[in-house]
Amino acid sequence: MTVRRSIRYLSQGRVIEVDDFAPSTTLLDHLRLVRRRTGVKEGCGEGDCGACTVALGRLVDGRLVYEPVNACIRLLGTVDGCEIVTVEDLAEGGTLHPLQAAMVRRHASQCGFCTPGIVMSLFTLYATPGRHDRAAVIDRLSGNLCRCTGYRPIVDAALEALSERLDDVPDDLFAVHAASTTLALSALADGASVFVGDEARFFAAPTRLDTLADILAACPDATLVAGATDVGLWITKQGRDLPRIVHLGRIEGLDRIEEDEAGLAIGATVGLAAAGERLAAFDPDLAALFRRIGSVQVRATGTLGGNIANGSPIGDSPPALIALDATLELWGPEGVRQMPLESYFLAYGKQDRRPGEIVARVRVPRLGPEHAFRTYKIAKRHDQDISSVMAAFRLTLDGDRITEARLAFGGMAATPKRAAGAEAALVGASVRSAASWRPALDALRLDFTPLSDMRASADYRTEAAVGLLGRALAEIAGTPSSKTRVHGLREEVSA
Amino acid sequence: MTAPHLSPLGAALAHDSAERHVTGAALYVDDLPEPEGTVHVAPGWCRDAARGRIVSVDLDRVRAHPGVVAVLTAADLPGVNDCSPSPAGGDPVFAEREILFHGQVVFAVVATTRAAARAAARLATITVDVETPVIGIAAALERGDDVLAPYEFVKGDVDAGLAEAPFVHTDRLVIGGQEHFYLEGQIAFAEPREDGEILVRSSTQHPTEVSHVVARVLGLPEAAVVCECRRMGGGFGGKESQASQWAAIAALAARVTGKPAKLRLDRDDDMVMTGKRHDFRVDWSVGFEPDGRIHAVDADFLARCGASADLSQGVVDRTMFHADNAYDLPAARIHTRRLRTDTVSATAFRGFGGPQGMLFCERMIDAIAIRLGLDPLDVRRRNFYPPVEAPVHGTTPYGQVVDDCVIGGIVDELERSSDYRARVDEIAAFNAASPILKRGIALTPIKFGISFTLAHLNQAGALVNVYADGSIAVNHGGTEMGQGLYVKVAQVVAEVFGVGLDRVRIAATSTAKVPNTAPTAASSGSDLNGMAAKAAAETIRDRLAEVAAVLFGGAPDDVVFAGGEVRLGDRSASFAEIAKKAHLARVSLSSTGFYATPGITWDREAAHGRPFYYYSYGAACSEVVIDTLTGEMRVTRADILHDVGRSLNPAIDLGQIEGGFVQGMGWLTTEELVWDEKGRLRTHAPSTYKIPTAHDVPADFRVALWAGGDNRVPTIGRSKAVGEPPLMLAISVHSAILRAIAALAPGVVPPLPAPATPEAILAAVKAVRHAGEGHPA
Repeated sequence: MTVRRSIRYLSQGRVIEVDDFAPSTTLLDHLRLVRRRTGVKEGCGEGDCGACTVALGRLVDGRLVYEPVNACIRLLGTVDGCEIVTVEDLAEGGTLHPLQAAMVRRHASQCGFCTPGIVMSLFTLYATPGRHDRAAVIDRLSGNLCRCTGYRPIVDAALEALSERLDDVPDDLFAVHAASTTLALSALADGASVFVGDEARFFAAPTRLDTLADILAACPDATLVAGATDVGLWITKQGRDLPRIVHLGRIEGLDRIEEDEAGLAIGATVGLAAAGERLAAFDPDLAALFRRIGSVQVRATGTLGGNIANGSPIGDSPPALIALDATLELWGPEGVRQMPLESYFLAYGKQDRRPGEIVARVRVPRLGPEHAFRTYKIAKRHDQDISSVMAAFRLTLDGDRITEARLAFGGMAATPKRAAGAEAALVGASVRSAASWRPALDALRLDFTPLSDMRASADYRTEAAVGLLGRALAEIAGTPSSKTRVHGLREEVSA
Repeated sequence: MTAPHLSPLGAALAHDSAERHVTGAALYVDDLPEPEGTVHVAPGWCRDAARGRIVSVDLDRVRAHPGVVAVLTAADLPGVNDCSPSPAGGDPVFAEREILFHGQVVFAVVATTRAAARAAARLATITVDVETPVIGIAAALERGDDVLAPYEFVKGDVDAGLAEAPFVHTDRLVIGGQEHFYLEGQIAFAEPREDGEILVRSSTQHPTEVSHVVARVLGLPEAAVVCECRRMGGGFGGKESQASQWAAIAALAARVTGKPAKLRLDRDDDMVMTGKRHDFRVDWSVGFEPDGRIHAVDADFLARCGASADLSQGVVDRTMFHADNAYDLPAARIHTRRLRTDTVSATAFRGFGGPQGMLFCERMIDAIAIRLGLDPLDVRRRNFYPPVEAPVHGTTPYGQVVDDCVIGGIVDELERSSDYRARVDEIAAFNAASPILKRGIALTPIKFGISFTLAHLNQAGALVNVYADGSIAVNHGGTEMGQGLYVKVAQVVAEVFGVGLDRVRIAATSTAKVPNTAPTAASSGSDLNGMAAKAAAETIRDRLAEVAAVLFGGAPDDVVFAGGEVRLGDRSASFAEIAKKAHLARVSLSSTGFYATPGITWDREAAHGRPFYYYSYGAACSEVVIDTLTGEMRVTRADILHDVGRSLNPAIDLGQIEGGFVQGMGWLTTEELVWDEKGRLRTHAPSTYKIPTAHDVPADFRVALWAGGDNRVPTIGRSKAVGEPPLMLAISVHSAILRAIAALAPGVVPPLPAPATPEAILAAVKAVRHAGEGHPA
């Protein structure tokens, strides 16, 4: 099996090869300090402001797609085989890209520091065929903070530039060059494992599970990364030295979604965006939830497996997956293990993952006609915020009678957790009778003793959790979501 | 490049750097090429103490870290260890004997790379005899330590006014602070020059102060330090006094190592180490008539100032100046305490204390309306200052006659255009039928005083150079932080010379070109610098007119500069030709210009005068929907009508209004600063501190400049300042949330603090329901 001792990426049609970099080098430092691409800005260094956004081009099923990524927490090694487009690349020969021209016409920059990142996020939307409305533009900007403009002129500029695309197909120079870019990217896809560095310090990206096993056997303390949207912050914010990094993103098979009668089997390195797209078909609330996990940038890079594997008590996907009765599959030297997802989370910072094991896939059963499902996220801010309370409910109904309840919460305990007392109290209740819900709402207050922190107090978390269960029951009983929610209406999401 | 425009003043021209912004070609300090040998500086601090005596500082491991060139402490400072903007001092560059707040800098590391400097900075062992820090206002009151003396305005007989009023409402309002979150963090890049001179490139709103502070701490004459700033990636007040410390440390590093030295703060360090908007507790009473007219107000503003005075005198004074907002109060006592807390010193932030005063004032009006069951807009109107055309004008609690009041006209127009009355009725019907969701609407006014209340800051200088080819370079003391000052001043100069904007080049702000300037603050940028540049340009134009008069035969007064030409009667020449002729005739094509705001007086001791040259006005109508089960909230519509006088540049002004509103909305809704009991800021990154995103902007957002805008005083082009006032339009959002909660129980004033997070809203909902059931509020 071939091992390549460098990474390669495409920039302005040329292949850039880098064979000497520290394993924890970020894409941003590479672009700014080595390649002097100073149009790419560092705003926060933690993937929350979007000033460093660049577009990453790659082939998905043979088709060239551009996704926005936060260069500040993206590890350089993980862009192997991709095209990197920065703001400097858009204007060719002094002619502004249609988006840039619209931004100028619409007075969409003030201090200008967030502007390159905003241009690049919007570029990835521009490069995506199809009609994009105001909501799509706002979604695309969910990971870009602007402190000056109030966003209105930016959104207007984007809509103006998008409206100029003939038949809603991108017609800029990147579209013109798409065929040659596709060829160039295909040429880079050599299927080789990547290993840059030496035994003491390396960046490795194996393509096969057995290679991974060898590396982990030799270096059990190596840091496993998928999207590195969490690990990136260990580097930039905690100043941690991560001498040995193993990237899972190139391992064959882990990036697949399989679908059958029972449901979906989602590979661990499937991106949050791709996973969300498929889960959205289960229920409109899942679509709404996934568009509120991180930002577009985070969802393009972060993986569903990572969101589970890191075991955070405030990860947004686990409560929903637990309510859906998902099963986790771990792969390790001793073979494959399966477990109900909730069993994986043992305690704060502690998961049921043995040395050498990786999260391989999560199996999500479909909702049946007997199920009613709701999931909600509460945070201080609608977009790109970490939840103070996450809730997901799956009720099994026999007519109006609740025969089973799976009530899963995030932010209420040291792990994502089900509300055992409330679940028991709900069995036998009628969705039509608010009085019969009462014991469950009361029991829920006793199910958890949440923490107070900067996101919310313990009291609030409890009150909100009770409120959310009440909301779900009211909705399942027939109250339209337009009367129970201030955003994320089911009617709008499913439309 | 922008096309030449025949009359640039008043045109909706693009920001001067718009094309460079969108292409990434606009250079910020961190983007400048680094000369060979550039070293990088990172601040070091004690991570486990907010307050206490420093017992020992062990920097051995720091020095031993690979790449470290030098480690700097207070002992290395040749001059004074203070970077305060206040004569009171109290802001050491490096803490020496005690830690005054969590995040205070103790030392700095100089290393060959930024990564090495930051890594080394974590390796210090700082032992502190830790004391329990005073964090909140209640604890600060108990300690009783004020950074500055208490101060008050008194108008009329407040006690009698309250005693005689048919109704009195007493309440408390808690107002949170705000992090600036300029996208470009604090940065300074210092280069040693010959003979001990230093050039500092700083992201600062106040280059003069940066150069003065650097001179002070290095023991240099002010003339030996040049500070330059081409642009900032946002300022909002956070780079008025807060840029100095980093410049001072970078300059010290350059001095000690002899190499160019750059200090760029990591975002988390920036948020921990630099000041924020002041938070307040307001304890207040108002006496009023059954129709809502106010008799008397007694308000006690308790400001949390942090560890030092910094700009708290001016900031909290401005809170007092705006506690009346647009209302003629027959009697008022506006009392303030400036409390010391063991937290980073609070500082300037867009509005400079004014927003807090006005938020209180609008809460007071809302409370009166709720108590009386009246529409708040009716209560507002009954208390407005008399309009400009009224025979008798109102007087503020600080003695200024409000002789330019146009708020009534603006509010009338906005009430119509926003369809306020019909929506109030429609919302009431909705709320009656909606048990979970409640909606609220509010139309609130603003009146904002324009001028620095520290009189000597109301001055500006400019330097205009015309070159022999007719191209023009403009320097002025103002800085560009995104607000469009440079393009506005260029428009002024282009107008004077009758040339297109393409002729005018705007140079980086430099203390070597224009010294002793005021900060670009208090919304004064174009008022002051526009006038100074105009004066400089007019001096040159007059000289050119004489040259043209000799050339064409005629009187200088009859020479016309327009359309890129200089004309006298039927003879004309291009502007460039006349410039060339002037040069050959040995006429100076360079001039400084100076401006000092006329007619302002302020006697702080007597608490009386006319501190403001004029007032800016505006109004906003916002509508929200809240979820009474979770406290979640959404702003569904906002209508704004704002007075910018005669706009110098409507596109730029509109941007300031919209951006200011959204920034204010963030302050009042999602942006929550949380300190723990150990004095550590827990919201020190965008992951935990949430400024608005595109999704938070009202889906229906209608913003207009008030067509009736003018300025009675002769400002530049009769325009009005626009930087700060629009932020306060967002008070309408907070007020609308209050109305939505108040829909739950008539007559109960919701105890809603700012920011109105989901948690704050839910708590207020529960309190109102409780009180509505007959329990005490």
